Parts: sequence; structure tokens; C-alpha cells
Amino acid sequence: MTTTYILQLYVFILAGFVGYNIITRVPPLLHTPLMSATNAISAISIVGALVTAGSRHSLLASVLGMIAVTCATINVVGGFIITDRMLGMFKHADAKKDAAS
Amino acid sequence: MLTIVATEASGGSMTRMLLTQATYLAAGVFFILGLKSLTHPDSARKGMQQAAIGMLLAIVGTLIVEEIVEYQWIIAGLVVGTAIGYPLGTRVPMTAMPQRIAVSHMFGALAASLVGIAEYLHRTGPDAHEVLPRAQMAALGFEVLFGSLTVTGSFMAFGKLQEFLPGRPVTYAGQNAVNIGAFIVTIGLWGYLIYDPTAAWAFWAMTAAAFIIGISLVLPIGGADMPVVVSLLNSYAGLAASATGFAIGNTVLIIAGALDGASGFILSIIMSKAMNRSFGNVIFGAFGAAPESTARSTAGLTVKSITAEDAAIQLAYAGKVIVVPGYGMAVAQAQHTVRELAELIEKKGGEVKYAIHPVAGRMPGHMNVLLAEANMPYEKLYDMEEINAEFATADVALVIGGSLMKLVSEVKQV
Repeated sequence: MTTTYILQLYVFILAGFVGYNIITRVPPLLHTPLMSATNAISAISIVGALVTAGSRHSLLASVLGMIAVTCATINVVGGFIITDRMLGMFKHADAKKDAAS
Repeated sequence: MLTIVATEASGGSMTRMLLTQATYLAAGVFFILGLKSLTHPDSARKGMQQAAIGMLLAIVGTLIVEEIVEYQWIIAGLVVGTAIGYPLGTRVPMTAMPQRIAVSHMFGALAASLVGIAEYLHRTGPDAHEVLPRAQMAALGFEVLFGSLTVTGSFMAFGKLQEFLPGRPVTYAGQNAVNIGAFIVTIGLWGYLIYDPTAAWAFWAMTAAAFIIGISLVLPIGGADMPVVVSLLNSYAGLAASATGFAIGNTVLIIAGALDGASGFILSIIMSKAMNRSFGNVIFGAFGAAPESTARSTAGLTVKSITAEDAAIQLAYAGKVIVVPGYGMAVAQAQHTVRELAELIEKKGGEVKYAIHPVAGRMPGHMNVLLAEANMPYEKLYDMEEINAEFATADVALVIGGSLMKLVSEVKQV
């Protein structure tokens, strides 16, 4: 049991390290899309919510799970759509001229 | 597909588990690649679409796990969530991004907290066959603690940005002492829970206290400090998601939460630096109380007022113009007017660049999005450090707060 936690800690620290190194290279230009992207990605907690909602532990647990699935789905669906919408607006000068002509 | 899985349940449970884990691994890889794609605007869109596919894979991979025995609650949640999430993605205007993000931190944190609460109920309930191990209790407690304070904190930030709560700082004597005291008590309850995971009263008291801390943490913060708060809440929501991963033994949650936590942490540091405040000042909740020290003294400088006509003449004959947009421009919806002005200057042979302060909007990078929406090519948007040196060679620096219509018509005439 303890080794599991140690392995999980490894994963956490390494993922944080990878995240730190990638995110410091994201230009300020894209900081808002970055935030909405990480928000959408962290909606992966939906996988925990799905298990809670579908396990039939108790009625209360199922209802809490359902609300959690709802909240996480809002972030999955809304988060990825709005990130895509924003990123679609960042265009090259040439691309703009093409679109205009 | 579900029926096939059901018939194979006895023999194929190992295969199923491996399949699920494979989708999680794929999701983790896609998420990291997606974030990596955000280092350049040309690759970003495609990368994030891949990340969305990773998410879809992980969801499908989860739907086949053995613990899930009924689907009605799941389907209800997915349907309601999509119905709310879709318009939140497609309809919200770019000026409302900060409150949109604040509310999504609230949803994310609420999901994490509820999973934690349900897990605690299950693991300490009548049908639990073993006492909750302390390490797991620590993760669960952390998840619920940070999740709950992010829920109310984000709600407060949302209210202030959406302006149904007072945007100015709400302060009272001894506020910091009260906040720090409440935080110590909450951490104490968390510690007690780790010592005795069966103490349900401590669990509920901790949850309630965390909700209250979230409110009192954001209460003293004004609108201009929101970029720091939103970044910090982003980090907290990520940490809560990561703790969920520890509590339920799910690696992809740990990875995604760590990425989110790191991102929010870095953005908070960048934002507080941009506002000339130390990160410690921000972390320890003193942030609304900081003095307005950023304004430099103007003593000894001469101020000359000029008319719109004069300004227009200067702009029309300028070789290099640097535009410094402020939040007032966004409030007045003047981005398109600014672009019109820039096009006029360019037509007359000038060059226009935009200098963007990190906290020019209401969240990190907000101003860039507003300008991109108004069709400014991203090559012309420069951040503070890139362009500061260029001010020396610029003919005109145009600092914009509010309306510009007059200036535009004057430049047209020239």
C-alpha cells in the first residue's frame, strides 16, 4: 500500500516538473488560452465523478456523483470549446489578408 | 459495445482494466502535448484539439470500469453538463473571459470536492470493510479542503467580476488575523482527521470552515487584483484535482492536476511580479491591502495638453507608433476602433505595434485575446519586456483608456 503512495508521489512531482518546464515557455500572448486549457484538462476529474456516480454505494453518493459529473462535464465541453474559439482568433498577418481579400 | 463488455466481464476483467489504463496513459500524453503546443500560436489550436480527444478517450475508458454498475446517474450528469457547458463555450463574449474562467474553477473544484465527500462517506460508512488508511485520508482531506475553499473563492471572484457583488475591497479591522486564524483551525482539523479518520465531525467542520475561508479570502480583494486571484484559484483547483487522484488511486488525475497546479502557480508569480508585489504578499492573503505604490511620481515632469486635431496630425505623420491599451479600452469596446486607427496610420506609411502589460486585462493575457478578437495579427502584440526598449525610438506612444472615435475621425481628415 505504501509503495503505491510513493509511486503516486513520483508521478505528481514529475508531472509538476514537466508542467513547470512547458508552461514557463508559453508566451504571455497565450496566457488566457493557457488558463482555459489547463482548466479544461483538469476537468479530467470527471473520471472520478463517473465512478462515484455509477457505483451504487448509496443514493446520496450517486446524487453527489451525478452533480460532480455535471460540473466536470460543463468544464470538459465548455472548456475545450472556448479554448478552441480563442485560439482560432490568433492569426498571422498574412492569414488576415487572405481572409479579407 | 457495453453489452459486449458485460458478457466478457468474468474473463476479460484484466483486459478491461488494461484498456482503461491505456486510455489514461494516452490522455496524459495528449494533455502534455497539448500544453506544449501552446508555446506557439500556430500549433496551439491543433494541439488542444488532440488534448480534447485524449479527454474523450479517458471518459470512454472510464465508462467500462468494473466499479460502474449503473448508468442512469452518469447519463443524467453528462446530459445536463453538456447542456450547460455548450453555451458557456460558444456564447460567452471574450470580455467576459475572466468571470467565465472563475466560474469554471468553481465547477472544477466542486466536482473534486463532491467526489471527495462521496468517497469519505463510502469509506467510513456502514459497509466499509476497513478503516480508511491515514495516507488516503490525508489526500481526501486535502482534496475537500482545497476544493471547498476554491468553490466559494471562485464564486466570490465570479461575483465581483460579473459585478453582482461589490467590486471594491471589503475590509474590516483584524481581517488578516481572522483569516490566518481560520486557516490554522482548518489545517488543525485536517491534521486531526489524519490522526483519526473516523471523526466525521472533524470532516464536516473542516469542509464548512474551508467554504468560509474561500469567501473571506476573496472579500478584501479589488477588481484590479483579480488576475492574481484567478491564477491562484486556478492553481488550487488543480491541486484539488491532483489530490483526488491520490485519494482514489487514479494516475491521470494526478498528472492533469499537477499540470493545472503548476500553470496556476507560474501565472500567479508572473502576475504578482507584474504588479510589483511579492508572491508572499499574495499567498498570505494580504493582497487587497497593499498600498497603491505602483504609480510613479510625476513631479518635475511637464504635462502638455493637446487637442484631438494635434494628436491626429502627430499620428498621421508618425513613423512608429506604440499603442498601450488599458482595460478602459475593453470596457468601452474600443478594440475595433483602435484597429481602424492603426490601419489608417499604416496606410499613411507608419508602423503600429502594441505594448501589452501583463495585467492590462482582468486575467493573465486577457488583453491579447481582446485584441486578437478585433483581428490584430498576433505578431504585432508584444509583451512588456519585449517592447520596453523600443519606446525610445517610437514617435508616438498612444495610451488608451476610453473612447477613440474623435481621434479616428481626425486622422481620417488628415
